[in-house]
Formats: sequence, C-alpha cells, structure tokens
Amino acid sequence: MATTTWGWLVLAFPLLGTLSVAAGYRRLPGRSAGWIGTASVLLAFIASIGALLSLQGHVPAHRELVSSLWNYASTVGIDAQMSILVDPLSVFMILVVSGVSTLIHLYSISYLQDDRGYARFFSYLNFFVFAMLLLVLAGNFLVLIIGWAFVGAASYLLISFWYRRTTATRAGLKAFVINVVGDVGLVLGTYFIFKHTGTLDLLRTFHSAGAPVAFGAHHNHGDLVAGCVLLLVGAFAKSAQIPLHAWLPDAMEGPTPVSALIHAATMVTAGVYLIARMHVLFELAPAAQDVGAVVGAATLLIAGTIGLAQTDVKRIIAYSTMSQIGYMIMGVSVGAYAAGLFHLMTHAFFKALLFMAAGSLIAAMAGEQSLDRMGGFRRALPFTYGSFLIGGLALSGIPPFSGFFSKDEILLVTGERGGWHWALYVIGYMGAALTAIYTFRLIFRAFHGEPVPAARELEAGTPHHGAPSNPMTGEPEDTDVGFPGPTHTIAERALTMRVAMGALSVGAIGAGLIQIPKVDFLVTDFLRPSFADTSLYEPHTRNGLLVLGLVLGAALGLAGIALAYRLWVVRPGSAAAIGARLRPLWDLFVHKWYFDELTDALIVKPALRAGSFAQSTFERLFVDETLIGGTTALVRAGSAAVRAAQTGFVRYYAALLLVGVSGVGLYFLLQS
Amino acid sequence: MTIAWYLAVSAIVFTLGAVGVITRRNPLVVLLCLELMLNGANLALVAFSRMWGNGDGQILAVIVMTVAACEVCIGLGMIVAIYRSRLPIDVDELRELQG
Repeated sequence: MATTTWGWLVLAFPLLGTLSVAAGYRRLPGRSAGWIGTASVLLAFIASIGALLSLQGHVPAHRELVSSLWNYASTVGIDAQMSILVDPLSVFMILVVSGVSTLIHLYSISYLQDDRGYARFFSYLNFFVFAMLLLVLAGNFLVLIIGWAFVGAASYLLISFWYRRTTATRAGLKAFVINVVGDVGLVLGTYFIFKHTGTLDLLRTFHSAGAPVAFGAHHNHGDLVAGCVLLLVGAFAKSAQIPLHAWLPDAMEGPTPVSALIHAATMVTAGVYLIARMHVLFELAPAAQDVGAVVGAATLLIAGTIGLAQTDVKRIIAYSTMSQIGYMIMGVSVGAYAAGLFHLMTHAFFKALLFMAAGSLIAAMAGEQSLDRMGGFRRALPFTYGSFLIGGLALSGIPPFSGFFSKDEILLVTGERGGWHWALYVIGYMGAALTAIYTFRLIFRAFHGEPVPAARELEAGTPHHGAPSNPMTGEPEDTDVGFPGPTHTIAERALTMRVAMGALSVGAIGAGLIQIPKVDFLVTDFLRPSFADTSLYEPHTRNGLLVLGLVLGAALGLAGIALAYRLWVVRPGSAAAIGARLRPLWDLFVHKWYFDELTDALIVKPALRAGSFAQSTFERLFVDETLIGGTTALVRAGSAAVRAAQTGFVRYYAALLLVGVSGVGLYFLLQS
Repeated sequence: MTIAWYLAVSAIVFTLGAVGVITRRNPLVVLLCLELMLNGANLALVAFSRMWGNGDGQILAVIVMTVAACEVCIGLGMIVAIYRSRLPIDVDELRELQG
C-alpha cells in the first residue's frame, strides 16, 4: 500500500469513529461507545505504524510524499487542495498523537463510565483526535488552518463537556476566544508568506522561500518576519505561551482525560509542531526565531513559579505543561528540532500519565481537586502513587527517566548556540529545578503525611462519596447529564485505567533510551529527511557542555526533590512560613503573575466599555434616532404633504385634471 | 364652410360641459355635462374626419359613444345605489375618499 494511503487511513478511522458514535449515541449499549472510540483511534495508530514502515522503505531523500484527494479551488495564483504531506515529521507526530490518544481513550472507558454524556464524550474525543491528525498531516496551509480551527472547536466542546457547570462553559469560551486569536494570527501569517511565494502548498512554499526571488537574498525580510511572528501568535495561542496562555489552566474544567489528551499530550504541542514544520521560513527570519525562544523561556520560568503556589491538583499539572511546552518552543526556536520533538514525545507520555494519576486521585476524593484537603493517599492508592512517582520523576528530569534525556538535549543545543542563548540556558536549568520542586510538592502533599478521611475510608475498602459539587466554587450539583456522573472510578479498581497508565509508565521510564547522547540517535536519524535543508540540525556536541548539562540536570532535579521533601514532609508548614516572609513574591505566584487581571484591565474591560458606549451612544443616538428615526420622519412628512392633496372633492379633482391637461396641451402647442 | 366653425362649436360645447362638471353639485347633472364634453370631442373628430376624407375619426366617434353609454350606465347605477342608501345626492358631500 502506498505510504500516503496509510496517511489517509489515519485520518479516516477517527472520523468514522466520531460519526458512528455520534449517530448511534442512543442505541449504543453500556460502554460500547467507549470501545468503538478506542478501537477507531487504535486503528489510526496501527495505520500510523503502517505509514512509518512504508516510509522507511523509501530512500531518505524521497521521504516527503504528498497526496491530494481533490481541489478546493484552482484559480489564478491559488492552488488549494485537500492534500496531506507524509514525511518523517508528520509520521512522528501521528504516531505520538494516535498512540497516546489510544491509551487515553482506553482510560476514559472506565473513568467516565457513569457519566450521562458517555457517547457524546467519545464522539468529541474522536473528533479531536481527527482534527489533530488533520493538523499534523496537512499538506498545505489551507488544510493546516482547517485542522487548526477544528482542534480549537474540539477543545471548546470538550472543556465545556459538563455544560451545566458555569465555570466549565466559561472556561470553554475563554479557550475558544484565545484560540481564535491564534487562528487569526495563523491566517494572516499565511497571507504574508503566500504573498511572496505564491503557493499554499507546504513543500513548494519552503522550496520557493529558499530561493532568493521570494524574500530577497537577505535574512529578516520584513514580510517574512511579519508572517513568521504571526505564525508564532498562532503557535502561542495553541501552545499556551505567554501572553496567550490564560486558557490552559482554566481548561482544567473539562474531564480529566480531556486534560490528559488535549492539554498535555496533543493539542498544546501543535505550536511546537508548527514551528518545526515551518523551520525553513523561521531560519530565514531569525528575528522571529528569537521572539519564539524568548517567549518560550519566559513561559517556562513564569509557569514554573505559578505551579509552585497553586493548590488545585490539575492546575499545577497544567502549569507544568505550560512550562514544558515552553522548553519545546524554545528548543525548536533555537534550532533544537530533534530535541524539541523528542521532548514533545516524552512529555506526551509522562504528562498524560500524570494527568491520569491525578484523575484517579481526584476520583478518590470524589471530585475534590484542592491539594489542601488531600494527604496520605500513599497506602490507599498504591498504583496511582506509583504512576505519579514515575511521571513526576520523568517530569523532573531524573535519570534514567525519559524527561532527563529530552530536556537536557534541548538545553544542550541552546547552550551550543552561544551568545545571549546562555541566558536561555540558565533560565532552562532554573526552570528544571522549579519543576522538580512543584512536582514533588504535589506528590508529597497528596500522598504523604497524615491520611485524610477520604484516604482512610478507601483503605477500609469503601470509596469516599461526597455530595456532588463544583470543585472550584463549591456549588451543589446533581449527577444528571451536563454534570459529572454519580460515581468516581479510581485506577485501582478499573483494569482499562491500569493498562493505559501502565503502558504510559513504560513510555515515561523508557522512551528516553531511544536517544541518548553519544549512544543512539533514533529520533534525530528518523527526522533527518524533514530537516535536510537546515544547517542547525546536525549535532556537533562539545563533550564538556554535554557532561555539564547532564550532571547539572540530574543534580538540580534531585536537589529540587530534596528541597520539596524537606519543606513538605520533614517540616510541614515551613513552606507557609517562607511564603509569609516573602509575601509580595508569594502573592504574585498565587495570583498567577496577575495575567488574568491584566487581560481583564487591558482587553476585557475596555471592550466592555466600548460596547456599552456603542450601545448607549452610537446605537441609540446614531442608528436609532438618526438613521431609523430620520428615515421614518422623512417618509411621514412626504406622505403628509401628498395626503393633503387628497381632499375627496370630486369637482376639485376634475378641475385639477382639466388644468393639468390644458397645461400639457398648451406646453406642446407652444413648443410646436 | 371652413372647419374652424365646426371646431368652434365643438370647443364651446366642450367648455360648457367642463364648466358644468366643475361647478354643478348634482351627480346627475355632472354626468350630463360629461356627455356634453364627450360629444364636443366627437364633433371635432367627425369634422376632422370630413376634412381628411377618411373614416377613422368617425369610427373613433362611434367608439366614444359606446364608452359614454357604458359610463352613463355605471354612473346612473351608482347614483341609484347612493339614493338607496339614503346618502345625499351631492358630489361635495360624498368625500369619504380623502387621504
């Protein structure tokens, strides 16, 4: 079978899954909707493996294959086709996306088993996977934009999945609005690039951008920089980078598997993929690359400090996602393409694992998410604890877990760039220490210490059941459709959840082994054909820097864990004391660096005020009174004048008629 | 005899009719005056027809007479209907059709 046929199959299975589950949502008995959804994504994963094997059958120079189903429009200057591009980069992405998504579907089968929106959930989830696969397989800008927008819509649907929860629908709106900002950036960026290259096709764009006719022989052509910065706006919105990050923590209102799927493993990596895919353009516009690198570094540090101070379990992990995506964005922006994508893969494993474990923990608390009410779950949830520990160690970059190799490789390449990139290097390692601290703060506070009542109940064999309520506001809820279901499922009691978490644990532990510096370069070698045209790709590592990085990474990770252990296990309460002493800094972290307040003051409030001004002044005075009122007054005055002539006197009409006819007659007489 | 005499008579008859239509208030008289106006026109038509020596004008005059007969039928019918509903037989009083 042709390589691109596998690509089309990868797209077809999730689409079929979402359609069949959606069409049969009333008739599908029990958990069959979940199994159908899982099977369709599993088939997509198998097709991805087929694409991988088939792609490896080509010689490296011919591993960029395009296939087009039909033309959208083929007019002067536009070649819009429904085409996919199957090359090592997109195959790498579809493998990660479909693989991790399969496990998350598997987890959801049990996790949401009592939710009244079960079939709807899987239909959305499959649609999301389809959208993401379409995004990464897109062969031209048009399909890329379609996939990009589909992903935003799917995330809106899934965040607002519990649609009777006001906080959830608000979070969905927020995510959608911020994503649309990104969509606009992407579309405008495409326009700036299209203007010069004259083609929407990705490969042809890269080809003609490299030729001097399109953007001149110099780097940093104005339109190209504008286009790339606008593409970055799209990437920042999708990947939750500052200042377009505010939606990601709020998106934790969705069900936990959604957080694992779209806000850890797949959707937020779209920005990283975009920069890696457009690397030809970005290398011609180093200014845009620098913007990406600086924003990535700022995000990884700021998100890390916020993660330190939050108490909501899922939000801590969400901020750690932001921080890790910051590493990836920084990586692909400084030319560490293989390292950034490698980190994308390992992060997908351990972050999905962490979210799944968090889901199990939240289920044990019957929906409660606050860290302040958790503690001592170590014995009650041994499997969840183990998964959390594996995910946490991988996230903190402790050797030999996967995060260790991938994070250090990004920072290694950053350091090799030299110059001001050393600042990024230092920030990266500061972020690494922060990561270890906040991750293990979460683990120590939730699993160590004195068991809370819910943990004791679970140890006694009766899972905790609280009255259903909104974990953010505490509002009471029922368990009908639109709210979470009546029972909560922990991993210890559901086989599919354990299987999914087990498989991800293997990935989180072992995935790093496929790319060990100086030993093997599986990811680098596999992706090489996609990056054949860049000089930054080949590693030329200085041994000293390499050893320094590895030692520093491991040491900072371990030191962070030790510090967390001291602060939250040995002397609980000392963290609060430190926080009290550094009150302004702590407040800054707790209030998320006041980004929400800033957005509120700079954008939301002025928009509201402009809206109310438009309503009270523009609409009432100009539209209502001048336009509408003026027109009616004119018509009324005109009709009053005409009406006055209609007296009803027949003789008067006759006289007028006579006078008129005589007048016309006289006129013509005089004319002739 | 020149055509001017015929036209003069025609004009006088027409004007008489027009003045009657405008000044009289009894719808019956108004109808009569309308007939006068039409026949003034007919006279002119027949005169012109004689002058040019072809029958078109006379045919038109016959058509005008037919139309006039129809008009009188409707007009008299309306007057009878007005009388039956005990309304004043006066065109100035019948002015409900104002704007």
